[in-house]
Amino acid sequence: MPKVTIDNRTVDIPEGTTILEAARLAGVSIPTLCYLEGVQTMGACRVCLVEIEGAKNLVASCVTPVSDGMKVNTKSRRVRNARRTVVELLLSDHEGDCRTCDRSGSCELQSLAEDLGIREIHHQGEKHAAVTDYTTPALVRDTGKCILCRRCVSVCNEIQGVGALFPQDRGFDTVVGPAFSKSLDEVVCVQCGQCSAVCPVGAISEKDEVQEVWGVLDDPEKFVVVQTAPAIRAALGECFGYPPGTLVTGKMVRALRLLGFDRVFDTEFAADLTIMEEGTELLVRLKKALVEKEEVALPQFTSCCPAWIKYVEHFHPELLANISSCKSPQQMFGAVTKTYFADQIGKRPEDITVVSIMPCTAKKYENKRPEMYDSSVQDVDIVLTTRELGRLIKESGIDFTLLDEDVMDDPLGRCSTGAADVFANTGGVMEAALRTAYEIVTGEPLPFDGLHIEPIAGLDGVKEAEVRITKTVPEWAFLKGKTLKVAVAHGLANAKRVIRKIQSGESRYHFVEVMACPGGCIGGGGQPRFTTNEIRKKRIDAIYKEDEKKTLRKSHENPEVIRLYEEFLGEPLGERSHHLLHTSYDARSRV
Amino acid sequence: MSGAIKTDAADETREKTLDPETLSRLDEVLGEYRSKPGALIPVLQIAQGMIGYLPEVVLKRISVGLGKPYSEVAGVVGFYSFFTTMPRGTHLVRVCLGTACYVRGGKQVLDALKDELGIDVGETTPDGEFSLEVGRCFGACGLAPTIMIDDDVLQRVKPSRIRGILDVYRENDKGE
Ligand code: SF4
Ligand code: SF4
Ligand code: SF4
Ligand code: FES
Repeated sequence: MPKVTIDNRTVDIPEGTTILEAARLAGVSIPTLCYLEGVQTMGACRVCLVEIEGAKNLVASCVTPVSDGMKVNTKSRRVRNARRTVVELLLSDHEGDCRTCDRSGSCELQSLAEDLGIREIHHQGEKHAAVTDYTTPALVRDTGKCILCRRCVSVCNEIQGVGALFPQDRGFDTVVGPAFSKSLDEVVCVQCGQCSAVCPVGAISEKDEVQEVWGVLDDPEKFVVVQTAPAIRAALGECFGYPPGTLVTGKMVRALRLLGFDRVFDTEFAADLTIMEEGTELLVRLKKALVEKEEVALPQFTSCCPAWIKYVEHFHPELLANISSCKSPQQMFGAVTKTYFADQIGKRPEDITVVSIMPCTAKKYENKRPEMYDSSVQDVDIVLTTRELGRLIKESGIDFTLLDEDVMDDPLGRCSTGAADVFANTGGVMEAALRTAYEIVTGEPLPFDGLHIEPIAGLDGVKEAEVRITKTVPEWAFLKGKTLKVAVAHGLANAKRVIRKIQSGESRYHFVEVMACPGGCIGGGGQPRFTTNEIRKKRIDAIYKEDEKKTLRKSHENPEVIRLYEEFLGEPLGERSHHLLHTSYDARSRV
Repeated sequence: MSGAIKTDAADETREKTLDPETLSRLDEVLGEYRSKPGALIPVLQIAQGMIGYLPEVVLKRISVGLGKPYSEVAGVVGFYSFFTTMPRGTHLVRVCLGTACYVRGGKQVLDALKDELGIDVGETTPDGEFSLEVGRCFGACGLAPTIMIDDDVLQRVKPSRIRGILDVYRENDKGE
């Protein structure tokens, strides 16, 4: 093992380790900017420069491997000066104003400048022309703020396999953006917002709709209902300085009530409803295939992630029949609120405004899809990300840390199950579906410790599990002795891997869960920045804790969902469900 | 931006008239290169050789055919100056911006050309007569600034003489 000395600390470091990684192992921190752990090391920004004893030039530590006997200095005067110059140059070409930027306080460039003590910018270079792109429903791009670190390029290409962004043109004219610097709506983009999640500065962000929400809250004529997705409660705290993984469900409800929402409901109610519909849909497909010997599309893929849906529409239209026809929980909630709940309180769909709080930028696109008007008006009116809710609360002057805990309202909020909680993370929708489907088929609970399907939990990109059905209730006798095979993928490039395995015949599955964002919605494009794997794990742990706390942990046990079927919907996949809770998809062009 | 594709009506008609034979030849090339690594640049060169330039339909076909994101295809086209997304005019006007030419007024000559032709670098006049590009040294630094029109090297060019120079080519074309 090579011995390396970093800032006078000598450590043994495995061959092939970069200086940056070695420094971290040795407990020495080196500032970075373009580096993105596990995704990108390309030496583009030069912020991570260090000095190697005996070497003429400073080197970028993120791309330079260690060698035996190497002596590295990360803090010499020369390093500090060079680092400062690099950051000053970035700042001199950065067309941004911290006073009004939405990243102020969470901007990596700003905090570098602060850490390096930059008080003056000595280089006054030519600035790039700033173009702001407001064309998509979910995202805003501002090329003036872009520092060309290419993190978004790596994420969009490598993690999502979409490739909407790439450096265009050359030299000083280089712009990171869509082909030929077109606007984002002219190219294929799935609106997942992962680019905005990794951008170190304010060059890509969610389209801010906080003022729209103030507009409806301030209007006494409006009856405003809010729903919050499961992933919010495990991340919102980060906006107020709580450590990642702090559950803030009760305070969040209190804040929403103080903000003036007329009802505080839970997307989890709709998640339970989704399981009823989607689980039944799977069983019906299996029955058709095995008993009626009909041609049916298998495996069934989950449909709760709008970025995944858009991805399939563009890149794999041949699989559209395999996608569950269930709407996402957000959209089921909207349709049920503006019909069932509207009836209960004697209002018309157009009298109710539904606001969603989502970890997700793609949901801002989804709620505007033309299919999402089944209540007769737009089912979900405004979608805010977790980050925007954080800003809404701050703007109101509420001190989040001082809030008491509160509980959500009946009928679409008070009751939710643990199964709905785990919708937030990768593997969770599958687990929730199997908790219910297995019990319907066998009459017994899912045979996994704590109801958690261990092999599909965790952050591996593609996960698989098998569930053997040894006995059944009479109705599902045809499944006796069968083994249900499932797969889970997060990150669309991983989904692509699963699709390849299926299409090449290498693997056969019955049910596949896909979430576009790494880690699932807890790592969504609208979550507090910055999300690392460590933070993903903490948020997932928090979600499991929330799940385990619940008395009801299976969707079909939710009494309000049962009541909804009895009083309004009839049965899963029934006529009314079909109209309100299911949707259809369209093939789209690939470029 | 110099790499931007212009999608005005004129271009779209030009694109639609790409004959099926060219497209099927392009598809053959794509089939041949599909599984080869590093295929993008050679395929772009072949396509430009076949068609003379790289219109949007062709670039999109290449993107799908090679399974490369369109943004990457566009990025590569914009990065290398020998790729062009505009049809070339009858005459290619190239202005040297090497050091000697630049110092001795190459930039002014370029501006005069832009004014006279009403186009930017990388573009073609609407009548299809002239394309304007910037070149590297033409080996005539002693007589800078120089421009090249097709294969003719013109030296000691003054901005005020640009119209006269172009008129010669215009007249010749009319005569043909
Ligand atoms: S939203 Fe997703 S698909 Fe669109 S550019 Fe960003 S990372 Fe790529
Ligand atoms: S948009 Fe953001 S992430 Fe992308 S290159 Fe620019 S600064 Fe980096
Ligand atoms: S994984 Fe979740 S947060 Fe990410 S795009 Fe899909 S639904 Fe949105
Ligand atoms: S972090 Fe190493 S070069 Fe950018």
